Amino acid sequence: MKRYSGFSLLKNALSYHENWQKVWRNPTPKKDYDVIIVGGGGHGLATAYYLAKVHGITNVAVVEKGYLGGGNTARNTTIIRSNYLWDEAAQLYELSLKLWEGLSQELNYNVMFSQRGVLNLGHNLQDMRDIERRVNANRLNGIDGEVVTPQRIKEIAPLINISPDSRYPILGASWQPRGGTARHDAVAWGYARGADALGVDMIQQTEVIGIRRKGGAVVGVETTNGFIGARKVACVAAGSSGVVAAMAGLRLPVESRPLQALVSEPIKPCLDTVVMSNAVHGYISQSDKGDLVIGAGVDSYNGYGQRGSLHVIEHTVQAICELFPAFSRVRMNRQWGGIVDTCPDACPIISKTSVEGLYFNCGWGTGGFKATPGSGYVFADTVANDRPHPLAKAFNLDRFNTGALIDEHGAAGVAH
Amino acid sequence: MLLIYCPHCLEHREEEEFSYGGEAHIARPLNPEALSDEQWADYLFFRKNPRGIHHEMWYHAIGCRRYFNATRNTVTYEILETYKVGTQPQITGADV
Repeated sequence: MKRYSGFSLLKNALSYHENWQKVWRNPTPKKDYDVIIVGGGGHGLATAYYLAKVHGITNVAVVEKGYLGGGNTARNTTIIRSNYLWDEAAQLYELSLKLWEGLSQELNYNVMFSQRGVLNLGHNLQDMRDIERRVNANRLNGIDGEVVTPQRIKEIAPLINISPDSRYPILGASWQPRGGTARHDAVAWGYARGADALGVDMIQQTEVIGIRRKGGAVVGVETTNGFIGARKVACVAAGSSGVVAAMAGLRLPVESRPLQALVSEPIKPCLDTVVMSNAVHGYISQSDKGDLVIGAGVDSYNGYGQRGSLHVIEHTVQAICELFPAFSRVRMNRQWGGIVDTCPDACPIISKTSVEGLYFNCGWGTGGFKATPGSGYVFADTVANDRPHPLAKAFNLDRFNTGALIDEHGAAGVAH
Repeated sequence: MLLIYCPHCLEHREEEEFSYGGEAHIARPLNPEALSDEQWADYLFFRKNPRGIHHEMWYHAIGCRRYFNATRNTVTYEILETYKVGTQPQITGADV
């Protein structure tokens, strides 16, 4: 892998940028691998990267039915934060945030991680009590956060309407300055490039249609391009996790729902932070290109169609216009949906299964993007050592039987 | 926006009048105390979540305020039928 640098930019400018090395190879699949990762989104690619980098397992293939990072990685609103309530979740997301902080250097790929801070607004007394509780819990876990007043919110995001007469009066917010946004595609591409350089095969346009087992253990996957053998199969298929699990005769406590987002036309810089409101189901930031990136609520029904109902984004846009009256004249450019795998406790499943050599990393629901590095890190460790990483232990599939759920419905950005 | 036919009101109404009730035809176990943890978890948390034909409950919240069931394709979102609670669907996954 040729490293990216200022020098390489100058050098390639001399040849009109026509001789850049391909970012990853496009190999034909080998007969078998040590590990096959099902799903080439951010989490799957991060898993592949850390398997190769940290655990030295390089005989790995990522099998993706579409193209790399083309699912929820390309469809989210790129918000990164770690202000979760419970210790287990907070530690997992904080590991992720710490990895984000060095990721561009680690991958030699600019993931455009911008720590512009995240505001979570409170609109009533109970919101504020929850915010105070969560901020205090965060600080006990060594995570930055403070409770801020409406006046301070106005200083951070001057266009916001803090009038007590507004439809959703703002009583305060939690503020995590280390939170922010990143460039979604770059994360997938950076991990793919890093993993490829270490020998991982990226196999695109190949859909897994079956999981072959022998005597209760995995021996490989059936794909649209034939059988590929593997000692271990790690599934990171987000919204399609339930479908993949069924191929191995397993059931998962996840339900797949459409989650929508939209962006406006590009406008001049006017919002240099992330503003989220759980109560009114809207969150907004501005991309470097100038688009307002708006996340809507989740559709109530199960669906795999990668689109949702219009009334859901209508409610979100109403809320955004109440919070930011100036945005009422901004025209929206594009709108789309992704399929999120929601769990009953709004926490992920990072787990071994009853099938030997089969692992699942799913259930990230409406907030998986922020966890991409941490998720890949602990899942790679779980797969490599065939036991849960200490931080993944609490996210075992077995918690639904024991009742040890980790209720993060309050800290998850979108209710479901 | 889905247009949903309410089998009680006998007309198509907009999705906003309804709320979603999840998978249909799940009977509450008659003897919860006799179940294993796995069986109880299965009842509480594990749903079919199919890609394709799904039988599900809907509640006509801003209407007759009654529950009914629908058979819907979770990929195309097409509602193939709606029927009253206590009756069986005419269309199943095997038909499609």
